[in-house]
Amino acid sequence: MMDIQRDDLLQMYYYLKLTRKFEERITSLYHQGRILGGAWTSNGTEAVSVGYAFALEKNDIAASYFRDMGAFIIRGISVKRIMAQYLGKKTGVSGGKEGNVHIGDLNYGVFGFPSHLADNYPVGAGAALAFKIRGEKRVVAACTGDGGTSRGDFHEAMNFASVRKLPIVFFCNNNQYAYSTPLHLQMAVKNIADRALAYGMPNKIVDGNNVVDVYTAAKEAYEFARNGGGPTFIECKTMRMHGHSEHDSAKYVPRELLEEWRKKDPITNMETYLRENNIVKKEELDSIDTRIKNEIDEAEEFAETSPYPSPEDALEDVYATPVEE
Amino acid sequence: MKEINYLEAIKEALYEEMVRDQSVLILGEDVGVYGGAFRVTEGFYEKFGEWRVLDTPLSESGFTGAAIGASLVGMRPVVEMQFADFISCAFDQLVNVAAKNHYRWGAATPIVVRAPYGGNIHGGAFHSQCIEGFFFNVPGLKIVAPSTAYDAKGLLKASIRDNDPVIYCEHKYLYRRIKDPVPEEDYVVPIGKARVAMEGRDVSVITYGAMVHTAIEAAQMLKDKKISCEIIDLRTILPLDKKSIFTTVQKTNKVVVVHEQTKTGGVGAEISALINEYCFEYLDGPVIRVAAPDTPVPFSAPMEEAFIPKASDIVSAVEKLVRY
Repeated sequence: MMDIQRDDLLQMYYYLKLTRKFEERITSLYHQGRILGGAWTSNGTEAVSVGYAFALEKNDIAASYFRDMGAFIIRGISVKRIMAQYLGKKTGVSGGKEGNVHIGDLNYGVFGFPSHLADNYPVGAGAALAFKIRGEKRVVAACTGDGGTSRGDFHEAMNFASVRKLPIVFFCNNNQYAYSTPLHLQMAVKNIADRALAYGMPNKIVDGNNVVDVYTAAKEAYEFARNGGGPTFIECKTMRMHGHSEHDSAKYVPRELLEEWRKKDPITNMETYLRENNIVKKEELDSIDTRIKNEIDEAEEFAETSPYPSPEDALEDVYATPVEE
Repeated sequence: MKEINYLEAIKEALYEEMVRDQSVLILGEDVGVYGGAFRVTEGFYEKFGEWRVLDTPLSESGFTGAAIGASLVGMRPVVEMQFADFISCAFDQLVNVAAKNHYRWGAATPIVVRAPYGGNIHGGAFHSQCIEGFFFNVPGLKIVAPSTAYDAKGLLKASIRDNDPVIYCEHKYLYRRIKDPVPEEDYVVPIGKARVAMEGRDVSVITYGAMVHTAIEAAQMLKDKKISCEIIDLRTILPLDKKSIFTTVQKTNKVVVVHEQTKTGGVGAEISALINEYCFEYLDGPVIRVAAPDTPVPFSAPMEEAFIPKASDIVSAVEKLVRY
């Protein structure tokens, strides 16, 4: 395995666990009817966004999608602001104009996520184009799910980025289901990574439940891109352990399949790895867990006590430069 | 001042902005080596190189999305739709990404989409459409449509310098058919401001794009019949310059709205509704629309000729209104 500093391993553990626990809190609030709209989580697939985002540098860009809570947090968007967004509060990331996982903030290099899947693939490629034109050694990480890889924007972006050798790494969170539709009804290729072959793009398949694997592959691909090598496609094979969103009981997923994947839980795996290799003592993990619980409690408190935006606020910000009437 | 045609005006605006601002770049099909299907970017590739004048694969959604992404990190991309008709392939990126970025997450998206639109060139259903109506109902976008070389240059410069996504409707029929004086020095035509193309007192004709010239032709014919038309050239379609619209209504009390776009749900419908809602007491007759019929753009010459509003159609509408 790649030589990763102990601190980095512990950080990744912290982000994995924070993502899991934070989304569990959101789920719980959803079932209590305390959040607005729906709740989409990355449950079971957290290692994908934690791995790719942790490998980014500060000035890089994450063109994320909706199961990338780990990336939002790692880029520096606070769980307080995210929780406030879930509750539709003025203090939320978008001031109440957007909900739940539609997180975007240029101050942290995160492109807002449009629900039309893979839309952020060409948008990410455009940012990479700008970096290349200006000779900046910055990269873009773009992510979508298995479902998004069937859309035209996925293919148009992959093709364009490859033709122009843009500094972008395309990730796919292959969590087996596009809402309720299993992979075999989505595509006839064996691996999603095969789709990259059509664009002459280097590709890699990694264990999406192993944060170190995702991180290592991401880091290598970023370096390749930073040095002018062009894009890479990385398929992270994982399993969505909840429904498409929290209203969905996912009855269409065979129970045996879930049981099989439960044994490969990315967070338990990381914990076992850290313990078995004597990288961390139990007390240290306990203190991380305590810190996480406090942060989430504070986020919930912050969101609950934050004001709602006023109806008039909804009329603002349609344009960056409003036209004088 | 010097006289240049509409196409040269577009070209000059692009060229000067690229010289002025390193962040301006062009993306589109055949815009580089070939110089663009209409030769608007001829010579740009040689001057600015392959990384500022990018020949893209045939993928309107892909390169429009890429323009959006580049704009989010400091560039000012100008996308060329080879024909405006192909903008439908980029509909999602424009409507759901570009138009909503600022509202949803505070990110300005300074892109310009050049859309060579309109008929009268025997292009058929896929090379003649007016596309402004597709986007007219989308908050967050701006739409401009110049009718003169002066405005073509000034509005394109304003669009490139604007911080919002602008769809720049350039009428193909006008490219080499009209010429007018343009200043030597730098200037912009502000987005959101209509102009009075011709002063008059009896009837207001509110229009934009190539139809401004058709309206002027009609006004000359009506002058002989002692009817004086005021022609309003909207220049910006979204957002509409309501003030200019209301001012002319209050002056003449009679309005004909003209556009080449099909009639139902078009820009004229909105203008008519606005006047009805805010200027009802000033009206001496109904607001009449002169527009293309609700069909795809037909190919054959006599059919296309009938499809596109003519000066005689405007004359009939004005005469009908004057009789009220």
